[in-house]
Amino acid sequence: MSDVISLVAAAPVSFGDLLTPLFVFNALSGLFDWFLTAVVDGSFSWLADVTGLEFLTYPYMQRAYLSVLCIGVVGPLVGSFLVYRDLSMVGDTLAHTAFAGVAVALFLDATLALSVPPLVGALVVATIAALVVQVLVEYTDARSDAALAMVLTGGFALGSVLISLTDGGISVGINQYLFGSLATVSRADVGLLVSMALVVAVAVTAAYRPLLYVTFDETAARASRVHVRAMNTLLSILTAFVVVSAMQIMGVILVAALLVIPVVTAAPLGRSYKGSLLYGVVAAEVAGVAGVTLAYLYGITAGGSIVLVAIGGFVVAQISRRTW
Amino acid sequence: MTAVSLDDVVFSYGDVPVVDGVSLDVPEGDFLGLVGPNGSGKSTLLTLMLGLQRPDSGEVRLFGEPAHEFADGERVAYVAQDVTKTARDMPITVREVVRMGRYPRNLFGRFSAADHAAVDDALERVDIFDLADRRVGSLSGGQRQRVFVARALAAETELLALDEPTVALDAESRESFYTLLGELNDQGMTIVLVEHDIGVVTARASRIACLNKRLFFHGPSDDFADSDALAAAYGTDQRVLDHTHHHHDATVSSDENATEGQS
Repeated sequence: MSDVISLVAAAPVSFGDLLTPLFVFNALSGLFDWFLTAVVDGSFSWLADVTGLEFLTYPYMQRAYLSVLCIGVVGPLVGSFLVYRDLSMVGDTLAHTAFAGVAVALFLDATLALSVPPLVGALVVATIAALVVQVLVEYTDARSDAALAMVLTGGFALGSVLISLTDGGISVGINQYLFGSLATVSRADVGLLVSMALVVAVAVTAAYRPLLYVTFDETAARASRVHVRAMNTLLSILTAFVVVSAMQIMGVILVAALLVIPVVTAAPLGRSYKGSLLYGVVAAEVAGVAGVTLAYLYGITAGGSIVLVAIGGFVVAQISRRTW
Repeated sequence: MTAVSLDDVVFSYGDVPVVDGVSLDVPEGDFLGLVGPNGSGKSTLLTLMLGLQRPDSGEVRLFGEPAHEFADGERVAYVAQDVTKTARDMPITVREVVRMGRYPRNLFGRFSAADHAAVDDALERVDIFDLADRRVGSLSGGQRQRVFVARALAAETELLALDEPTVALDAESRESFYTLLGELNDQGMTIVLVEHDIGVVTARASRIACLNKRLFFHGPSDDFADSDALAAAYGTDQRVLDHTHHHHDATVSSDENATEGQS
C-alpha cells in the first residue's frame, strides 16, 4: 500500500494550482477543503469508529468513496436518458475520447512543458467529442451507431498515437486511466469531480421535463416546440461530464457501465420514471460502495469490481422480479 | 384566421414524390378529415402542416407563421401514427406521460392547480383515470392509444392534429372518441385528422381533403360523397373514371397507374 500512498503524494497538480488565477474559485476551493476535512473526514471517521473498519479513515479511501458516491448519483441520472433512446454507447464513446484528452494533456506536459491537468484535458476533449457526435448524426448521413463507433475508435486512436509520440515516461501512468485506480484520486481530482457532479445534478433537475419529453417521444416533443437539438447537445455534454468524473476510479474502458447497468437494473423495479431513477441511483451507490470496498479488501481493480457488483445487482433484480 | 395554410406544397422522399402541389387552407375552428389510400402522403402532409418537416417547395404556414419557424408549442398538439409502439420498455406511468401535455406551458416551473386539473380532466375524458398510476408499457394497445390522446387533450391547444388515433380502439370506444372530438371542435378547437375509415370521417368531420399525392378533393364532407374524388384518388375502379366525363385528364390517369404499379 505504501507505493499507492506515494503515488497520491506525487500527484502533479493540486486543486489550488488549478484555479489560482480566479479569486472566486479560491474561495470555493477553501470551502471545499473545509468540506473535505470537516464533513467528509468527520463522517467517515465516525463510521470507522462505529464499524471498526480502519480503512475508512484513510484520506485516499475517503476520496474514493466520495467520488463513487457522486458518480452513483449522476451516472444513472444521465444514463437513463441515454438508455431509453438506445444511446447507451454514447457513454463508452465519450470515455474513449476522454482518454485522448488525457493523452493530449500528458503530451503537452511532456513536449511543451504546459501543465494541463489530465482530467481537464479529458473534460475538454470529451466535450468537443460530444458536440462532434451531434454534428455527425445531424448533418451527415452517418447512422448514429456508426458515427459513435467512428468517434470512439478515433478518440482512442488519437490517444494511443499521442502516447507513443511521447517519451516512454508517460505510458507508465496510462494504465491508471485505462483501468482506473482507487489510489490516484487527488484532492484536486475530487474537487473537480464533486463540482462536475453538482453541475450535472443541477442541470438534469432544471431540464428534467424537456429531457424526459425528448427521451420518451421525440416527435411529439418537436411538435410541442421543445428544443430537441439543444436537449440532445445538453445530454451529450452532461454525459461527457459524468464519464470524466468516473474515469479515474472506473477506468476509460469500464466507465460507461455506471451509465447503463444501474438503469437497466432499475427498469423493472420502478413503476414511474422518477421511481426508476431513484432505484437506479440506489443500485449504482450499492455497486460503487461495495465495489470500492471489495477492491480495497482484496487488492483488486476498483472499476472491475464495481461493474461486477453492478451486474450482480442486475441479476438479483431480474430474479426477484420473476419470483415475486 | 387561418390555422394552417398550404401553398403549392411539394415534398419527396429521395426521388419519390409523396406530396405534389397541394394547396389548401384550414380555417380556425375547422374539423378537417384527411383521407386517401395507403402511401398517399396523408401522414406526411400532417407533419408538413405542423412544421416537423419542410417542403421541398411551396409554403406552409401555421397560424400565419412559416410552420418550421413556429415556436408556440402551447397552440399545437400532435398524436402521431402508431404511438402504441412508442417506448414500450420505458418505466413511466400514464400520468407522467399525460403531464407532458402541459410541458409547453410549463417547462420548468412548478405545476399549477390548472396544470393538475387539465391532466386529471384529460385522463377522465378518455376514460383512463383509473389507469393513471399504471406503467404505460403494461397497457393494451387501445389503452395506450388513449394515453397519447389524453396527453394531447391536456395540452389544451388551439390545433389538434391526429394521425389515425383510433386504430387500436374497439368500435364503442371509437364512437365515443369521435363524439369527444366533436365536442372539442364545438368549443372552438381546430382539428385535423388522418383517418383510413372514410365512412367514419365523412360522418364526423366538417370538411374533407382527399389526397393521393395530389389533392383530389377539398370541401364540405357532404359534398365529398357526391363527388368522384374518392374513386379518382383511390383508383380502385377504372370504369368510374371512364364513364364520368369529368376534367380528370391524362395526367391523373397516368398518376393512378403509377400508384397501382407500386402497390
